[in-house]
Amino acid sequence: MKTVFARTPSLKDCPTHYCPGCGHGIAHRLVAECIDELDIRERTIGIAPVGCAVLLYDYIDVDCIEVAHGRAPAVATGMKRTNPEKIIFSYQGDGDLASIGAAEILHAGHRGEQLTVIFINNAIFGMTGGQMAPTTTLGQVTATTPRGRTAAEQGYPLQVSEIMALLPGVIYVERTALDGAAGVRKTKKAIKHAFELQVEGAEGLALVEVLSPCPTYWRMPPAKATEWIKTEMTKVFPLGRLKG
Amino acid sequence: MAGKIIIDTEKCKGCGLCVVACPKGSIVISEQSNAKGYYPPRQANDDCTGCCNCAVVCPDAAIEVQRDDSNRMKAAGHHSKNSKASLVEDRA
Repeated sequence: MKTVFARTPSLKDCPTHYCPGCGHGIAHRLVAECIDELDIRERTIGIAPVGCAVLLYDYIDVDCIEVAHGRAPAVATGMKRTNPEKIIFSYQGDGDLASIGAAEILHAGHRGEQLTVIFINNAIFGMTGGQMAPTTTLGQVTATTPRGRTAAEQGYPLQVSEIMALLPGVIYVERTALDGAAGVRKTKKAIKHAFELQVEGAEGLALVEVLSPCPTYWRMPPAKATEWIKTEMTKVFPLGRLKG
Repeated sequence: MAGKIIIDTEKCKGCGLCVVACPKGSIVISEQSNAKGYYPPRQANDDCTGCCNCAVVCPDAAIEVQRDDSNRMKAAGHHSKNSKASLVEDRA
């Protein structure tokens, strides 16, 4: 018997604070695995978001910085421009990236910064108690849309990846989902490619949007939450490589 | 048994994603809770092939997978003939 799957060294050996079945734990592990496989642990700097993943630096054993809400791409810009040999990645949720930080990500992309952005889209604000996010789907019930989101009152779900793919400064955009073993494996491939581009010095921003379950605020069991991604969420946020 | 899983029961939060991910139905939720009160899964039978699906979907990286690759080619040949039929039977 040989070990074929074990905890990767860059993922700290401690339990996470996430709810049972939360996609953040999976995404953290994938990021850590990619960092180890590319052997860039010593020169990687991560940027933690404001949101559920705010304690990212407690779980991924690379240098990390915590920045103001949504401003990760702005801080990353400075970091990459002053330390071009470093690998800079930002890990942001939909509240951080699509809501308060929409301007920062848009302009980092438009300037063509050499960054790797991991965008976790769970269609809800998890940390603050399950309020509507820009990415909340139509009809989805949240704390602030108790009768379901309607286009007339709250507008349409924001498709960040499609917007980013239009910008010439963005070189790689892919949307994947943590909706089962196959989806997780695809997500890892996408994250790894986004890191590889930066390691190779490709000029432009790489963004991976990861559809991630939030069983607690979707008010469903974890297994049902992954089903919901497959059946409902991918209708609004179609999977696939949008650019690059 | 080609594969074996080792579950870190104290890190596990009992979400059950591994139970759904296992193509062999080898994982069940155990009746014994951990210190936090979550019910971690356990390997229920010897059907594990070491495919790693459970570990891949685990949000808490609590599963380690071991596999005996010496008989792997033989086992793969054996399963490929009847794999669909046996899957249906397992699920039913």
